[in-house]
Amino acid sequence: MTQYESVIGFEVHVELNTQTKIFCGCSTRFGAPPNTQVCPICLGMPGTLPVVNRQAIEHTIRTAIALNCTIPEHSNFDRKNYYYPDLPKSYQVSQNYAITGLAGWLDIEVAGETKRVRINNVHLEEDAGKLVHSNIPGDESSLVDLNRAGTPLIEIVSEPDMGTADDAVAYMNTLKNILEYIDVSDCNMHEGRLRFELNISVREVGTEKLGTKVEIKNLNSMKTVLKCLDHETRRQSELLNAGGRVLQETRLWDEAAAMTRAMRSKEVAHDYRYFPDPDLVDIHIPAEWREEVRASLPELQEAKRRRFVEQYALPEYDAKQLTNSQGVAKYFESAVAAGGAPKAVSNWMMTEVLRELNEREMTASEFPLKPAGLAELVGLIDSGKINSKTAKHVFARTLETGAAPTQIVEQEGLVQIDDSSEVEKWVDETLAENADAVAKIQAGQTKAMQALVGQVMKKSRGKANPRMVNEILAKKLG
Amino acid sequence: MTSPRIDEEMVRHVATLARLELSDDEVEGFRTDLDMILTHSSQLDELDTTDVPPTSHSLPLSNVFREDVITPSLTPEDALSNAPEQEDGYFKVPAVIQEGGGA
Repeated sequence: MTQYESVIGFEVHVELNTQTKIFCGCSTRFGAPPNTQVCPICLGMPGTLPVVNRQAIEHTIRTAIALNCTIPEHSNFDRKNYYYPDLPKSYQVSQNYAITGLAGWLDIEVAGETKRVRINNVHLEEDAGKLVHSNIPGDESSLVDLNRAGTPLIEIVSEPDMGTADDAVAYMNTLKNILEYIDVSDCNMHEGRLRFELNISVREVGTEKLGTKVEIKNLNSMKTVLKCLDHETRRQSELLNAGGRVLQETRLWDEAAAMTRAMRSKEVAHDYRYFPDPDLVDIHIPAEWREEVRASLPELQEAKRRRFVEQYALPEYDAKQLTNSQGVAKYFESAVAAGGAPKAVSNWMMTEVLRELNEREMTASEFPLKPAGLAELVGLIDSGKINSKTAKHVFARTLETGAAPTQIVEQEGLVQIDDSSEVEKWVDETLAENADAVAKIQAGQTKAMQALVGQVMKKSRGKANPRMVNEILAKKLG
Repeated sequence: MTSPRIDEEMVRHVATLARLELSDDEVEGFRTDLDMILTHSSQLDELDTTDVPPTSHSLPLSNVFREDVITPSLTPEDALSNAPEQEDGYFKVPAVIQEGGGA
């Protein structure tokens, strides 16, 4: 049996986060009642004229630049003609002949190695409406909601430069991260704002020649993409091993059956008859506009990560975790700017803060403990005012009450006790009460030592300086 | 000058794409008409356009934009007023067998 490997490319659709549609002033808000965000333009009424939303063009330029594309000075819109009930004009305005972003690339990291995925193009188009099935039992009709029709949509087309599920995951995550960083889309997959389509072919392991590619639609989560990759690679390999041939076709992912199935050939007998849209004038993007947009782009994760390592002397791992989201990165830098020691702030963020954000499904900017508060908390530990165990309690209390860490430490009398005579008193009491443990330790069972430290800490209500407790205990028992 | 040669099969293909049902007589009628139209416009081929950049638009305009500001939409009643059939605020259309348009 021949061994096959998959060759993967993506077509990614991204709904932009503009307030209004691409060619009219209707809102793009998700979840409104059906057909309440429509007007003669997005309904495709005869005699209406579209006018382009400047923000949509700007977002396309942002995306193209972030994906290292070249941006030709002239681009325009074409009509892609096909008949479907979710497309009121019977054509989709898209870009085919003169596209806004061309020939870029995206670096992904897989198992510690950087891999470059070439981007064929980034183009702008309009989204279609939504179809649902009739609620009337036995009624076979379809129902059309055109609220989404005309929402600006960017399509990002990659070259088939990926081979494994890990590559695919890295590509999807890196791309999503960039789109969020440059703030062109909220990338909410539940709301269909980010949608993936796969191209898969297989070839004999060790060979270069590409096999026949199959396009797969209807993948609504990253998890689905992975299931589909696995299934489709197996399907194509088995087909070839059985002496069959892969057909160039579009297939749909069937979630219930966990398999792909072919669309009927008649439905995909597309002949789009693209031609320039006479209702829309050309887009001219001079170098000044392009450079202005480039200058407005934020630092992307890659660059930020490298800078964090260099500027804050953080380990690679920390830098990666802290830059996964722009909000978290900003939180970190604010906390450091407020005087927190970088590594200590990083430790707190990677453990406590990220966990809380996760549990609360919150962004970093919404977190009740502000960066300056975290810096304060870290400072209290650094200066020996509280120990790290107390700090966890203070952290939890600030989240509950909204009070500043110093305030909580004062109110609850949590300042660490460094007075050796006081600590010594607790140690003496503990030793007197735990004659058994003392005997064990003196007989060489040093494990019992930790239990005694715990007892002393308990006696001090967590306030004793643990290092001092250890020292005094060791001295008394030594 | 050569004729663009529209044949019957081409007319039927275009009719299918436009979801038009044509009788045999209509197919022949359109074949002749389209052939004449294309023959007429193919006179343009006689021009030497070697040094002329492709034109996507006849107007000397570019970058006609609007700002990203919400304007009022139609009421759902108005939006649906021309719909032959509707249900719960939706346009109602004959069943679509497969999901997945082109977007």
